[in-house]
Amino acid sequence: MAEAILDLKNVCFSWKNSGRELLNLPELLVEQHEHVFLRGPSGSGKSTLLALVGGILVSDSGTLKVLGKEIKNLSSSSRDSFRVDHIGFIFQLFNLLPYLSIEENVMLPLSFSKSRAERAGKTKLEQINEAHRLLIALELEEPLAEKSTVVELSVGQQQRVAAARALIGNPELVIADEPTSALDSDLRHSFLELLFSECKKSGSTLLFVSHDSSLSELFKKVISMNEINIVNK
Amino acid sequence: MLNLFIRSLWNRRSTAVLTIFSISISVTLLIGVENIRKGVRTSFSSAVSGTDIIVGARGGSLQLLLYSIFRIGNATNNLSWESYNEFHNDKRVKWTIPISLGDSHRGFRVLGTNQEYFKHFRYGSKNKLEFSRGQSFSKVFDVVIGSEVAIKLNYRLNEKIIIAHGTGRKSFLKHDDRPFKVVGILKPTGTPVDQSLHVSLEGITAMHIDWESGAPPMEGESLSSADILKLDLKPEEITSFLIGLKSKIHAFSLQRQINSFKEEPLSAIMPGVALQELWNLLRTAEVGLRIITWFVLFAGLLGMMTSLLSGLNERRREMAILRSVGAGPGTISFLLIFEAIFLTLVGILFGLLFLYITLFVSQPLLEAYFGLFIPIQPPSVKDLIILGVIILNGMLMGLIPALRAYRQSLSDGMTIRL
Ligand SMILES: Nc1ncnc2c1ncn2[C@@H]1O[C@H](COP(=O)(O)OP(=O)(O)OP(=O)(O)O)[C@@H](O)[C@H]1O
Ligand SMILES: [Mg+2]
Repeated sequence: MAEAILDLKNVCFSWKNSGRELLNLPELLVEQHEHVFLRGPSGSGKSTLLALVGGILVSDSGTLKVLGKEIKNLSSSSRDSFRVDHIGFIFQLFNLLPYLSIEENVMLPLSFSKSRAERAGKTKLEQINEAHRLLIALELEEPLAEKSTVVELSVGQQQRVAAARALIGNPELVIADEPTSALDSDLRHSFLELLFSECKKSGSTLLFVSHDSSLSELFKKVISMNEINIVNK
Repeated sequence: MLNLFIRSLWNRRSTAVLTIFSISISVTLLIGVENIRKGVRTSFSSAVSGTDIIVGARGGSLQLLLYSIFRIGNATNNLSWESYNEFHNDKRVKWTIPISLGDSHRGFRVLGTNQEYFKHFRYGSKNKLEFSRGQSFSKVFDVVIGSEVAIKLNYRLNEKIIIAHGTGRKSFLKHDDRPFKVVGILKPTGTPVDQSLHVSLEGITAMHIDWESGAPPMEGESLSSADILKLDLKPEEITSFLIGLKSKIHAFSLQRQINSFKEEPLSAIMPGVALQELWNLLRTAEVGLRIITWFVLFAGLLGMMTSLLSGLNERRREMAILRSVGAGPGTISFLLIFEAIFLTLVGILFGLLFLYITLFVSQPLLEAYFGLFIPIQPPSVKDLIILGVIILNGMLMGLIPALRAYRQSLSDGMTIRL
């Protein structure tokens, strides 16, 4: 069996200035190619958990393995490169750098990760083609052709550009932190379908986070924060 | 990375331009003050080039230098023609230039001298005086005027002018019965020569005949120009004289000999030494000026730090995105320091550009109006050190926001805040 993408045991975390323990996760396992929905009310620590997985925060105790690697044992700079090599992020809002063009935004991770750049294409031209392919697959042909600036895009379009950035260079794990909360329900479903099919194509595992449980029916696997987190409030 | 940096800065170009502007102004000021200071010094030293010793009646050495060369202030005493002759005939002496001051013409000083002045006086890098029109004085009532005098008073050759007694701008006691004729106009020199009128020593004597007591002659008692020419006009005393030596080796011994001259109390100075005394006097003012310009620079750099710091909040989103695609907190803080250095460097470049443009434009004006010749030179080692200190300061100012960004990006996690 392939290595688990995520393997957490007894992970505890508390924000330094709060003094109260926020997370205490006895176990969390995500297999490769799974599409997982992580559900939980606002403030339950979902984004914090994702920052731990991305190696931006470090847990206080326990083991946290991503692709079989213990994040804690990595130096801070190798955590940074590990993150961009293996994980693509999509946030709730404001994913894009306003001063870069659409395709430059998509290709941003490639300038920080050699392995993803190689997977996206051997030459600069191939990489640009890959960015275009993703953008077209995510139905962004029109703004791309018109050379629109990022700020001219609608919120839904911006989120799809962010999705293209998370997918480029086929990272093993795509993490989406409430990417649909600013979209209306029709857009939400079409966005998710596009995301699913692209993740399937690239063989990426998808970890999708939201407090909107109406989306959970689209996923085979649903994890609830309340169930995995045993911190007593 | 570089692309990212440029695009990000371009996105915030208006504040960046302001920061660059304020830094470049301070650079212009700092280096400009330094240049003008040097220019003033060379300008002053150039007014006495080639003169080894200046001699006057006993008094302060600075005072002697100021009145005999720069026409600033007045001599308290004169020295006798006999004393002058004594040293004029000394075998160590190559030449002497007698100088007789004390009269003025419409605010310009009148200098009594002889032909030696036009032969031996040197300015700048040992340049001789040259005539743009006419020639040296040969008659008692001839006058040679400096270039500024000619321009300001609009005098031509052969013009008849009245020379007054005393040095005030408005002299009541005018020797208006004895007009002088302009026979020569000197080329500009960028020294006080441009602001002087030169007459013969006999001319000076002629002006003062029957003024022995310092008061004008009684009505009907004054002599006509024709009568005066019949008199013996040999000068009895002069204000000071300049000495050029055959060999500089004798400078100290001659100076000592003059200072201990038995017949008459005299002072001998070496211009370089006296100038040094002047610079020491002016140092406090210079230091004050320099401190002010450093403060201007500090304000500029502080402005840069403020804009970097306040931009940090707006840029939190940018930083979170960069972190999500693999930028470490170190990379992010490096971007900020790099930005500070970049802004400082560009500010310095523009400051230097602005300075040299200003110097090129103002050089002829300064020379024409103040007799100051500011040479335009590439930045000196001292300038480069100043620039280095500025870059270092810019870097330090970038360090504070960078440290803050570092800590922020560590503590924010990946939450994108607005
Ligand atoms: N940078 C931070 N510093 C200190 N405390 C923080 C920080 N970020 C989040 N927290 C705290 O951690 C807790 C969980 O926050 P988190 O953002 O992980 O919740 P969430 O489940 O993602 O909520 P939402 O659904 O609203 O996004 C909150 O109580 C919050 O106050
Ligand atoms: Mg959240």
